[in-house]
Amino acid sequence: MSKSTTTVMQARDIQKMSVGQKIVRVLSKTGTYAFLLIMALIVLFPFYWMIISSLKTLAEYRQAIPTFWPRQIMWGNYAEAFTTANLGDLFMNTLYVGLVSTVLSLVITVLSAFAFARLEFKGKETLFGALLATMMIPGELFTITNYITINELGWMHTFTALIVPFLVSVFYIYLLRQNFMQIPNELYLAAKVDGTSDIKYLWKVMIPLALPTLISVTILKMMGAWNSYIWPKLVANDDAHQMITNGLRNAFTDTSGQANYPVQMAAVAIVSAPLFLVFLCLRKYIMSGVSRSGIKG
Amino acid sequence: MVDNKQQWKAWLYLAPACILLLVFTVWPIFNTLRMAFLNGYGNMAAIGGATFEFGIENFVKVIEYKEFLQCLQNTAILCVATVPISTILALLIAVALNSIKPLQKTLQTIFFLPYVTNSIAIGMVFAAMFNIVGLKQGSAMADTWGIINNVIQFFGGEPVNWLNAGSTYVSNMVVMVIYIVWNALPFKILILLGGLQSINKQYYDAAKVDGTPKARVLTKITIPLLSPMLAYVVITGFIGGFKEYSSIIGIFGDKMGPADDAGRLNTMVGFVYDALERDRQGRASAAALILFAIILAVTLFNNNVIKKHVHY
Repeated sequence: MSKSTTTVMQARDIQKMSVGQKIVRVLSKTGTYAFLLIMALIVLFPFYWMIISSLKTLAEYRQAIPTFWPRQIMWGNYAEAFTTANLGDLFMNTLYVGLVSTVLSLVITVLSAFAFARLEFKGKETLFGALLATMMIPGELFTITNYITINELGWMHTFTALIVPFLVSVFYIYLLRQNFMQIPNELYLAAKVDGTSDIKYLWKVMIPLALPTLISVTILKMMGAWNSYIWPKLVANDDAHQMITNGLRNAFTDTSGQANYPVQMAAVAIVSAPLFLVFLCLRKYIMSGVSRSGIKG
Repeated sequence: MVDNKQQWKAWLYLAPACILLLVFTVWPIFNTLRMAFLNGYGNMAAIGGATFEFGIENFVKVIEYKEFLQCLQNTAILCVATVPISTILALLIAVALNSIKPLQKTLQTIFFLPYVTNSIAIGMVFAAMFNIVGLKQGSAMADTWGIINNVIQFFGGEPVNWLNAGSTYVSNMVVMVIYIVWNALPFKILILLGGLQSINKQYYDAAKVDGTPKARVLTKITIPLLSPMLAYVVITGFIGGFKEYSSIIGIFGDKMGPADDAGRLNTMVGFVYDALERDRQGRASAAALILFAIILAVTLFNNNVIKKHVHY
């Protein structure tokens, strides 16, 4: 139904409406907004609390009656958090692992997706089906053996251990293959007739057309590195290779209630900030990537 | 021959992915199965030359473990509590979001924010909100009761010891449920709102012409047409719930429990990793397989229930 007929119908409805119905309508709209705003406040509250707590002095934080805005803004907490948790080194480690694994993973994914989407070879369907089947198995099953494998390869406490086991994601191959298949095959054949090499064709035609998917993959991969905790804890929890989440958790282990919360909250805010920045700039890609993949970070 | 050249090329392009998958995905499937059925398997011991008998002792040992049953119970409670609460809340928010025009985009962004957070970092914020600072042993005085208790006191309630030493299992669980629901909402709202926006407007126009009340529209049109999405978020919610681990680390730290009762809130995944780190790979494998079997059974059960109620 077109938009104009809907509007006409709504206009007619409103005319027909009695005063009582109008009141109900206004009330239900108000109720809807009130519900949404209250829920939004609940969702936002932890972020607000994190930021104001990070700016308080320890004495103010420990007051019996809480303040909702710091009386004295303590930027120094951020400097202290940065040095206490050694966030600079952690940031560089995480960035290195994130960038290297994203780049390598993109190359592998593009090449495999290209083979599955464009090339003919024996056993293609079987292999693709087998790959998809591995997606059903929970990651914990792989982790146990991979831990042993990393140990036997002598990769314990190296960046390699953090990067290599996760380079291939069957889901991203699947996603990109779907994307590549939408590009008409005639384009590829024409390029072949002109003598264009596969790599050049991939670079000039397919990658630009599949760019939104590749951007989504990049963001999810980087966020994955930023948020990874379990695997790094198992294989590379030493100072030189620690990832940012592990470093953050290890720097503030005191949960007994005596912890210096303002500094701790400042560290949490520093770790959260890049995620928010990326989200605000690339919201569209993140939300579409997430709704298609259902992968957390 | 073009055809042969393509074959050769295809395998060349697939080689990196295939090699990595063989080492880090295919081999683990077989090896984890093998270790699970070798009694008391430990990798260090195996390198040292020990041999292990084939059997089901790992599974028996794991099930007999008191800690394992505790982990299973914690995981099950968290699943059963968080999936319905977060699904219903997400449904209400998505329906409300879908019915408004001004502010829709802004609110949608706000509701998505918890997704782009680090679940350990924000867990530390939640811990701070529930934490009591400076509670003296044996006295009922503290420096600050934490913001959540302040709110409770504001409304005339008694402060609760949520997660400090001496806190009860129930209050620990309440904190975990609140945090996990907060964390699970964004994904569910995103999926459900996407589903709502793809429902054909004609159904609603027809209901309007018939003068159908709003509650009836929700139960007779919206929810049935949304049921595939609802099914999806419930199934993924259960799968995620059974793998719960890092949100507990976020709030309670490595101890996985309050200071005086470490490990009280450990989960199935936590159990697997603990066994793995203690060189008990046989038991870790057995526990992981049990977890896999539970997830599979719950998913199949969900699928069966859903098949009767979902309108595709």
